[in-house]
Amino acid sequence: MTGFQDSTQNRDGCMKKILLKSTIMLIVIVLAQAGVVFASEGNHIDSGATAWMLTSTALVLLMVPGLAMFYGGLVRTKNVLGTMMHSFAAMGIMTVLWAIVGYGMCFGSNVFGGWIGWDKKYLFLNGIDTEIMSAGIPEYVFSMFQGKFAIITPALIAGAFAERVTFKGYCIFIALWGLLVYNPLCHWVWASDGFLFNMGANGAIDFAGGTVVHISAGISGLVAAIYLGARRGYPETAMPPSNLVMTMMGAGLLWVGWFGFNAGSSVTSGLSTAQALTATQLAAASGALTWLIIEGVHQGKATALGFASGILAGLVAVTPAAGVVQPVGALALGVLSSVFCYLMITAKSKLGYDDSLDAFGVHGTGGVVGAIMLTFFIRKSWMDQAIASSGDWGVWHQLGVQAAAVLIAIAYAAVGTFVILLAVNKLVGLKAPREKEMMGLDSAYHGEHGYGMVNPS
Amino acid sequence: MKIITAIIQEDLLDQVREALIEAEITRITVTRVSGHGQQIDEEIYRGKKVIPNLLPKIRLDIAVNDAFVDITVNTIIKTAKSPGGGKVGDGKIFITPLEECIRIRTEEHGGQAI
Repeated sequence: MTGFQDSTQNRDGCMKKILLKSTIMLIVIVLAQAGVVFASEGNHIDSGATAWMLTSTALVLLMVPGLAMFYGGLVRTKNVLGTMMHSFAAMGIMTVLWAIVGYGMCFGSNVFGGWIGWDKKYLFLNGIDTEIMSAGIPEYVFSMFQGKFAIITPALIAGAFAERVTFKGYCIFIALWGLLVYNPLCHWVWASDGFLFNMGANGAIDFAGGTVVHISAGISGLVAAIYLGARRGYPETAMPPSNLVMTMMGAGLLWVGWFGFNAGSSVTSGLSTAQALTATQLAAASGALTWLIIEGVHQGKATALGFASGILAGLVAVTPAAGVVQPVGALALGVLSSVFCYLMITAKSKLGYDDSLDAFGVHGTGGVVGAIMLTFFIRKSWMDQAIASSGDWGVWHQLGVQAAAVLIAIAYAAVGTFVILLAVNKLVGLKAPREKEMMGLDSAYHGEHGYGMVNPS
Repeated sequence: MKIITAIIQEDLLDQVREALIEAEITRITVTRVSGHGQQIDEEIYRGKKVIPNLLPKIRLDIAVNDAFVDITVNTIIKTAKSPGGGKVGDGKIFITPLEECIRIRTEEHGGQAI
């Protein structure tokens, strides 16, 4: 837990914000003022924290095949493998980029006026071979944990333009998007010298990636869906999901994996971990129930896909908030998120853009709802800490900081994505040609069929 | 009355359906089938090219009154041809006489039941 507090002096503290009990916080402040700065070589491994962070790292990776199943089940039979490959390809591309430059761009010290971070010791992760962070975990673990977030974020975008992109174009798109959109945003929000990390009295609150992951992916998806245009036949032709059973399994894996995503973002194994874990579970449940109730009233039937969507809406909204809200706040965020996401998805058909699998509808909307609304549910100890550092600080001050962080993430992701889309589409072609789209991504780009059993062979 | 059976490419189904609906031929049965004609397809399995024995196709069954045979057949021919003037594997159309047609709900017989 001390890792956060010395983060202003020590780059080892480049980690997500941890909620400190005010007593512990005071002790640490006293220590820091007394000039105690923890040298990284002197840190000892906290095996409890390390064990949980290793588990969390694996759990966040589990979300990626979970997402592949979730999205794969929602597309038509002819696109199931192509869609799953969007998630799996991200595991390959983003991991390699992360090891080469990604980690350094996110967690190095400010360069280019703070646009990204960099330190040459992070090239190929060379310099962290024996580093133990002040949180008591090897830096390798932190780096791999963070790397998983860099995988899932571009994979989320794929839901917005599912069923209509070339595989090559997609691969180049996510590589550029990771380097130019994700890494800078991640640096601003989570690096100890990132400007959003230090905004206001106690920083913009983004515990596990509301702005960095969900808002950025959701907005980028929306921009891409509008730029690339709708699928052929949308919205007149019905495009039924190939396999909702797989979608339900994917939603389940995402829920399980989210414990790594949120509770792991405490970068410790202690009280703040438990707080985040509880908030995560509650928001997912209340989001799912809310969606069921809305749908039951509005449509007369409670669908399985509705429940799955509610799970995601709740999880997305609690992602930025997991470290600062208590159970009532988590339950409320789940409810609010499902209401807004449902409205946004309903509005989609009226607005006419083809956000195929509702990447914007759920991740963009839920991310904004979570990042803004969390302000009203912040636990007292966090506010006390903010007041301690700036004197006068209240809900409305923090709301301003949250809104600023959200708007900056939206604007940056939208503009960055648009430029990348333009370049990739002109240079290699991102939108699939009409006949390939009709043929389906599976056979057009992969030479395979996902569901061998549907036809006798 | 005739029954029109068409075997077409999987990926052209949407296009054919849309055109048929536009021509007001809306009563249709669609089946996934596999078959073998002149077409040879290639898939990839662990780096090896594989030529499947049976290829997936779509089968349309449309029962029509005689006056609608031409428009149905022409619509299918026009839309089930692969882009660029058609290719091997675009399928076939079979037309067979239909002896009787009964609507189960009303027990109507003949042309009006179609």
